[in-house]
Amino acid sequence: MTTDTGRLSTPVMLDVNNISVAYGAITAVKGLTLNVREGEIVTLIGSNGAGKSTTLRTISGLLKPKSGEISFKGEIISGTPGHEIVAKGICQSPEGRRIFSRMTVEENLEMGAFLRNDHAEIKADMDRVLELFPRLQERIHQKAGTMSGGEQQMLAVGRALMGQPKLLILDEPSMGLAPVLVDLIFETIEKIRSQGTTILLVEQNALAALRIADYAYVLESGNLKLEGPAKELANDQAIVNAYLGG
Amino acid sequence: MTSTAIGVRKRIQINTILVRLSIFLIGLGVFSWLGVNLVRGPADFVTVAIQGLNNGALYALIALGYTLVYGIIELINFAHGDLFMLGAVFSASLLSERLHAVTSTPANWGLLIMTLILAMAFCAALNVSIERVAYRRLREAPKLAPLITAVGMSFILQFVGLHWVGSAPKNFNTVIPTTSMNVAGVTIRYSTLMIFALTIPLLLLMVFVVNKTRQGKAMRAVAQDKDAARLMGVNVNKTISFTFALGGAMAGAAGLMYEQTVGTVSYNLGFQLGLIAFTSAVMGGIGNLYGAVLGGLLIGLIQGLNDGLPIGLGQRWSQSVVFGILILLMVYRPAGLLGKATTEKV
Ligand SMILES: Nc1ncnc2c1ncn2[C@@H]1O[C@H](COP(=O)(O)OP(=O)(O)OP(=O)(O)O)[C@@H](O)[C@H]1O
Ligand SMILES: [Mg+2]
Repeated sequence: MTTDTGRLSTPVMLDVNNISVAYGAITAVKGLTLNVREGEIVTLIGSNGAGKSTTLRTISGLLKPKSGEISFKGEIISGTPGHEIVAKGICQSPEGRRIFSRMTVEENLEMGAFLRNDHAEIKADMDRVLELFPRLQERIHQKAGTMSGGEQQMLAVGRALMGQPKLLILDEPSMGLAPVLVDLIFETIEKIRSQGTTILLVEQNALAALRIADYAYVLESGNLKLEGPAKELANDQAIVNAYLGG
Repeated sequence: MTSTAIGVRKRIQINTILVRLSIFLIGLGVFSWLGVNLVRGPADFVTVAIQGLNNGALYALIALGYTLVYGIIELINFAHGDLFMLGAVFSASLLSERLHAVTSTPANWGLLIMTLILAMAFCAALNVSIERVAYRRLREAPKLAPLITAVGMSFILQFVGLHWVGSAPKNFNTVIPTTSMNVAGVTIRYSTLMIFALTIPLLLLMVFVVNKTRQGKAMRAVAQDKDAARLMGVNVNKTISFTFALGGAMAGAAGLMYEQTVGTVSYNLGFQLGLIAFTSAVMGGIGNLYGAVLGGLLIGLIQGLNDGLPIGLGQRWSQSVVFGILILLMVYRPAGLLGKATTEKV
């Protein structure tokens, strides 16, 4: 199953090499190896508790791997504190949105650009995000915590974009959204990629994720079960039945 | 089914009526008490109120330290009152003992300002170290662990104070004159003027830092969600240290002002003042900066009026009145005056 077709021939951007991550005595990710090439959409799928969020949190430096290493653009980043990883160009829209609920929509987007000083460009990026999600424009001065779940999700994605990521990590961006909004989110993800951002995507909605992704990794209870070009996995009925609940 | 529902609704209605009625009666009582005193001696009334606000300003400065720390790591920093005590002891020993600034001369005023800055820096550094040494490792631990550590820290600081000034209260001569001036029958102490002149800019500076600066933005983000803040590139540890520094600096300023207005320091000074300042923070809504200031001023005012007005319960009832009001307030507004009941979506 480890064919390399379907992958872009661009340089590897993110290289996760044999990492294990534990919460106390529980090892949630066991010897995982994966990589993301520049300009790709790569998706990480697996059932609940498979270790997807744990992997993403480790890449962003919120957790430290017990063993193995992660490098980004050739530089080892496992062990680097989370706030410094953002500065290197990895931004994440985390599971459960985690927006700053007592701040307004605008303040949340500004927080996304916390490390930047290029005020004119920040303004331009904010306009771009608001164009992507016109709903946020309408609610720009509203306290984020009082918005609907779907609006908060758009804000979480928009906030991550405000960091001008080279690699955008999305953990279940369509969670809790109405079907129309799910479509909108997936369209948006493709649009973001076409504007030159590399994406690592985790989705409950695995089939939809496979449709827009180039390459996919399947996790099962912390282990890498299989990997392959996304189209191939989506078309393999046995895989769809076994892992994708389709 | 429906009859019980109606019964419940009726009971709720009766309850709200009772609540409104009791608030109304309490309000009526307080207003008539204040009214009678105001009519009988307007100048005395204002004098007493100003004195109350004078103490209230100190409570507010100390309360800020409680509320800032609570806001950012949800810890009630029991050691904060004792930090204030050390600020007072530091100021007294530096200004009066080392620098011999014990009279009101222009040169001594310069030394006073210098001591203010040093006391703020001293308490800020101390508070940052306390967080670094005692609280940081316990950040992910169950809430009780840092809480009990804070209690222990409070004792440690008290013993430092005990060794520094001894067990008996110690008197110092001050730079600020102990005299007062008289404006249309209203007596205002010079020390009160100094307190207002220093506290107001400090509070404004504080509001500016929290609302308008990058550090303030980081503080607000960390207070709401540490991991999310980290994902924005905020250095969480540094931000928490900065918060402790800010709270410590306010306690240091309050320490100098206390020492200069009262002229006495003792090692256990922090216990009572700390408790009242903490109460102020809770009354205003803990975690809310404006609430801490409002709570401090209000408690100072209540104490001042209660202790000083000719017709009133008097000083012996001072604490009972303050805590009585706190309890009433907590019953009707558990989140405090400016605290908001959380209505956040999961
Ligand atoms: N903070 C934690 N402490 C202890 N165990 C944890 C913690 N967070 C996650 N786990 C455990 O680690 C395993 C992997 O969790 P993770 O959140 O990575 O799963 P996931 O693949 O993202 O699942 P989901 O699809 O439900 O989001 C689970 O068994 C979970 O119970
Ligand atoms: Mg998850």
